[in-house]
Amino acid sequence: MSAETTGLSRGGGVRPGMGWALLGSELSVLFRRLRTWAMLIALAAVPILIAVAVKLSSQPTAPGRGPLFLDRITQNGLFVAVTALVVCVPLFLPLTVGVVAGDTIAGEANLGTLRYLLIAPAGRIRLLLVKYAGAVAFCCAATATVAAAGALAGVVLFPVGPVTLLSGDTISVGESALRSLLIAAYITVSLLGLSAIGLLISTFTDVPVGAMAATIVLSVVSQVLDNLPQLEWLHPWLFSHHWLGFADLLRQPISWTSFGENALLQTGYIAVCGALAYAKFSNKDVLS
Amino acid sequence: MNEPSEAANVDGRGHANPVRSSNLVIETHALVKRFGRRSAVDGIDLAVPRGSVFGFLGPNGSGKTTTIRMLLGLASATSGDIRVLGKEMPQGLASVLPGVGALVEGPGFYPFLSGTGNLTRLDAADPHASSSTRSRRVKDALDRVGLSHAAGKKVRAYSLGMKQRLGLANAMLRPRELLVLDEPTNGLDPQGTREVRNLVRSLAAGGTTVFVSSHLLAEVEHMCTHVGVMSAGRLVAQGRIEELRSAGQARVVVQTPDVDVASRVLARLGLVPGEAPGVVGSRGTTAVYATGINGREPEAVVSALVADGVRIRGFAVENASLEERFVSLTGEGFDVVG
Repeated sequence: MSAETTGLSRGGGVRPGMGWALLGSELSVLFRRLRTWAMLIALAAVPILIAVAVKLSSQPTAPGRGPLFLDRITQNGLFVAVTALVVCVPLFLPLTVGVVAGDTIAGEANLGTLRYLLIAPAGRIRLLLVKYAGAVAFCCAATATVAAAGALAGVVLFPVGPVTLLSGDTISVGESALRSLLIAAYITVSLLGLSAIGLLISTFTDVPVGAMAATIVLSVVSQVLDNLPQLEWLHPWLFSHHWLGFADLLRQPISWTSFGENALLQTGYIAVCGALAYAKFSNKDVLS
Repeated sequence: MNEPSEAANVDGRGHANPVRSSNLVIETHALVKRFGRRSAVDGIDLAVPRGSVFGFLGPNGSGKTTTIRMLLGLASATSGDIRVLGKEMPQGLASVLPGVGALVEGPGFYPFLSGTGNLTRLDAADPHASSSTRSRRVKDALDRVGLSHAAGKKVRAYSLGMKQRLGLANAMLRPRELLVLDEPTNGLDPQGTREVRNLVRSLAAGGTTVFVSSHLLAEVEHMCTHVGVMSAGRLVAQGRIEELRSAGQARVVVQTPDVDVASRVLARLGLVPGEAPGVVGSRGTTAVYATGINGREPEAVVSALVADGVRIRGFAVENASLEERFVSLTGEGFDVVG
């Protein structure tokens, strides 16, 4: 028995920190995981596939066919990133975010690490916050991956030059890169509500696959409902309602209305789901 | 049974709670946990003295792990009070748990991280743990459980015994006042079991209170100073291990060919003949069993037997083993109590 062990004061004599170590550890566990990298690589493959397919096809894409902006890629490689983001928003991004968000608490419970984190003691609220922060970090990484891979593929395969915006104005290459980043940020914000939903579902089960599937299914259901004109009254409340509403960011001057509406809606989802997740998790008997 | 143990406060750390129960590290009062209509824990009053190695015995499904979950704040109690390290639980969780190391219902680790990675992760979850000493403490803990050679290996490749060791290392990442070990020798080979026993002894010698649950009597008998016995959600006995053992009935064994006479004499002396006599040796020697010797001198029994002409080839007073006591407390049945 070392002197240190016998001479302990309660708590080991270290004043409790803010718990940044746990956040750091969460991020390192998340991004050292093979699964995370597999999903990011799959996302990166989307813009590359689009770029290569457009490059290889002989006839030019007719305007109005295929995903938004697809016809513009051959003229300007900078549109690859935007096109890829448009393609990923309905399914690929929610899919990967659903996996990460659904895994937050249920995954730890399934591995049996939840009880050890709690008796460490991580603190239930702190753990919930750190887990959500991890999911948010993944949302950022996911959209950034698509945007970066798209920009790279566009620059390599197509000519790059000043971009003509939807409003008819032309902006420089540097500013268009900035616009791409803005769109990526918009989509990241769009995914925050879904992440909060995933976190909430994750507190209800010890089976991570169930929570992941439920989160992904909800994202699909929300988009389907958003397409039913009969349910128009519901549309503004659906978390996916503004997902593709980033066209405003491609006008000159930029219109921030849709960005603001989207951010407000997502904040509402974060607040409600976060509160419910806290209510559930803080009273949960951890029996896994 | 709640009297203060002599072991209390020998480590001079009685400052933990100046108000009361400074000699009890774990204290529960009428603790109940119900799942639906079934009571998993049914009103138990635990008292674990500071400095003891407390064996928490009971058959599978008797409520041991549920009790441990409540002690550590993983599950909430349906009713009753819990005090750990002198603080009311679960209100005091955040300040109590850094002083408690625990292994609960088997190890739980990230299979895609190494042993070192797992311990680093769990240590980072404790806001009281210093990050500057983290890597050294992780290394020391791995050394203590004999895992230093497998420290860099992914836990996916660990055997059950190695995971169990890693779980113990996690419990010892920091100096602890109390260790709660739920079935610590599960899945360990005989050497591992011995090492765990030695580890527990050395920790106890250093002043750490160890609360160890087990369904293995031999294990508890080897390392514990105190025992609590659970049966179907109730704490049926609790106290120093010697007390529990001596509470059992001592048994007289007379080896003789003169079975009938011996039985008659024993009965006349007020002893209660036990199970049917059994042949034990050559030349017709038979063992006669009787209980009820308590308070009577064994030599008086022998001289009474000899006076009546019983040929005594062997005479012994056997103390009840802990196992007999355990079975008498928890019942013989093999079925798990639902």
